[in-house]
Amino acid sequence: MTETDLTQTLSPDEEETVPGISIRNLYKIFGPHPERYVSAVREGMTKTELNRKHHHSLGLRDITTDLPAGKISVIMGLSGSGKSTLLRHINGLIAPTAGEVLIDGEDVAKMSPEALRAFRRHKTAMVFQNFALLPHRTVLENAVYGLDIQGEPRASSTEKAQCWIERVGLKGYENRYPAQLSGGMQQRVGLARALTNDAPILLMDEAFSALDPLIRMDMQTVLLDIQKEVSKTIVFITHDLDEALRLGDKIVILRAGEISQQGLGEEIVLHPANDYVRAFVKEVNRGRVVRLRSIARPKPSGEDWPGLQLPGATTLEGAAHQLLDAPGGSMATVLARNGSARGVVSMDDVMRGMLSQS
Amino acid sequence: MASSCWGLSESLCDFPSLSNKSLRLMRKTIDDGFRDLVRQFSDQIDAATRPLQWFLNTLETLFTGTPWFVMLVLILAAVWFASRSVKIAVGTGAALLAIGFFGLWEDTMTTLAMVTVATLISIVLGLPIGILAARSDRAQRVIMPVLDVMQTLPSFVYLIPVVVIFGIGKVPGLIAVVIYATPPMIRLTNLGIRLVDKEVIEAADAFGSSPRQKLWNVQLPLALPTLMTGVNQTIMMSLAMVVVASMVGVGGLGKNVLQAINNQFFTMGFLNGFALVAIAIAFDRASQAFGKRLQKHAEVLDD
Ligand SMILES: Nc1ncnc2c1ncn2[C@@H]1O[C@H](COP(=O)(O)OP(=O)(O)OP(=O)(O)O)[C@@H](O)[C@H]1O
Ligand SMILES: [Mg+2]
Repeated sequence: MTETDLTQTLSPDEEETVPGISIRNLYKIFGPHPERYVSAVREGMTKTELNRKHHHSLGLRDITTDLPAGKISVIMGLSGSGKSTLLRHINGLIAPTAGEVLIDGEDVAKMSPEALRAFRRHKTAMVFQNFALLPHRTVLENAVYGLDIQGEPRASSTEKAQCWIERVGLKGYENRYPAQLSGGMQQRVGLARALTNDAPILLMDEAFSALDPLIRMDMQTVLLDIQKEVSKTIVFITHDLDEALRLGDKIVILRAGEISQQGLGEEIVLHPANDYVRAFVKEVNRGRVVRLRSIARPKPSGEDWPGLQLPGATTLEGAAHQLLDAPGGSMATVLARNGSARGVVSMDDVMRGMLSQS
Repeated sequence: MASSCWGLSESLCDFPSLSNKSLRLMRKTIDDGFRDLVRQFSDQIDAATRPLQWFLNTLETLFTGTPWFVMLVLILAAVWFASRSVKIAVGTGAALLAIGFFGLWEDTMTTLAMVTVATLISIVLGLPIGILAARSDRAQRVIMPVLDVMQTLPSFVYLIPVVVIFGIGKVPGLIAVVIYATPPMIRLTNLGIRLVDKEVIEAADAFGSSPRQKLWNVQLPLALPTLMTGVNQTIMMSLAMVVVASMVGVGGLGKNVLQAINNQFFTMGFLNGFALVAIAIAFDRASQAFGKRLQKHAEVLDD
């Protein structure tokens, strides 16, 4: 009941975004003769049936999504749901059975090998789950790897790499070899290597999954800080919803090769589309995820705007603190992105938002 | 003989083979045909083996013609630079002094020249073939059975066509050694490249490497420990084959062993045999230490 109440609030004041990567009706079937079975899969053949009858494995089915430019998109799902497969379509490491991956209006799947190589060198960089560093190269030499491949002379590439090595917090370790570093530090090298490439698209496949929780939080902070400066189109894979909600501007949830739900993090938390997603969001701390803009109500006519003004991006937890401390009043004005008053919330709304679990 | 055959008729008892006459005809036709073919191309074969002959002779003259103490210093220097190990260098020095003391210096140098040339040729042939096998499953399917044959066919058997084609001498001996010593290089190159971490290969692709960049930046450096094992195996195989090669006219320690076998010279056989063992151990240790040294970056700092 509370759920429906919340949906009657104001529209969520969404930010305008431009698609950076557009994926259109993407299908991927693994096996010796994938083209034979596309139409059957289009008409609804299930993954199990395809596997049992034809010994082909369904990787992705009818994926259509726009990943916003300059933002972090998170692809989430259980093991085997097709996250890595989807990510590898973006830089053409895997070719689709059908469908398009459009970047700057060009279909990655249709590029010639030379064009694809140039595209990977200049438009994308990637960070890997198990770091994939070159063991015989030092930290610095690993960082310049992408520029080496582009043929940039070491004189200039070293300077760029040095800057990113310092930025990820590895100053003083330039001449160490990967084997001499901890996992967290190795992934910093992986990040520095990707950033030194200075490509507009950054692909990260479970980049922080191999790290322990504290170092993981640390790396998330590093990534968010850097993203504030560079505004790259980042596609981040994880199977951890907390990580997804912390990093993701947009979240795409995959299940058995299909999109189960996609949207803003709080949208997914507030309105899970099915049981699969509901199971994911059940344990989430809503106070840290849901923001005021999602629960703001129109101002009741005849009343004044409350004195306490809070930005729409304030989390419910943050708002609760502010409301508690505010002198005389359990109401606050919620501001729109442009700073104008947009709606109101009460302490009750905030509490209900934090607790509501349909 | 049919009596021991459960009283069966002759055609069931003896294996129904070709008649002696047709077998003889078959052998004669093939042998003669082969010989004619070789005779027809003898000029080309000569021209093809001349660089090998020259290379082998030059190295042999160099090794045997240089004063022994200069050679000794050079070999020890090489062992030291490869292994950076005093123990291995001292051991090699002691072995070489003992070899010289027992009068085997010159034969040892001849054998060393042979092994050096054979190893170099095996690497030059084996590395590209191994890379080819690693890059294409189809190439691997063709190459691997050939290697199996090369390594299991008794070495005496392929000495026959080698002798028919190239005659008696050092070069046919060298070719026989190379046939035996190349397979491990091919196998281990193939294996080393195929075992390179898939994620690192994927990283190379994701950053837009060309196949050549991938080979030089990633595959060969990461396969290096295995490649070094290949080189080591190749040296060992060459040393093992010098005795067999001496049957077609290669000099050195192998020839002495062969003479000792023919004349039952017990002491001579063992002295030469031990000389081969000493060289083998020295080279094995030095090349392994060299391989380890190349992997310095894998060591964890203890600070
Ligand atoms: N090369 C392949 N051949 C056959 N099937 C494959 C291949 N690659 C992936 N698959 C299948 O496609 C599905 C999706 O795999 P994918 O690696 O994309 O999953 P994932 O979501 O990244 O899982 P994880 O969290 O374990 O990394 C799986 O069922 C897998 O078995
Ligand atoms: Mg994966």
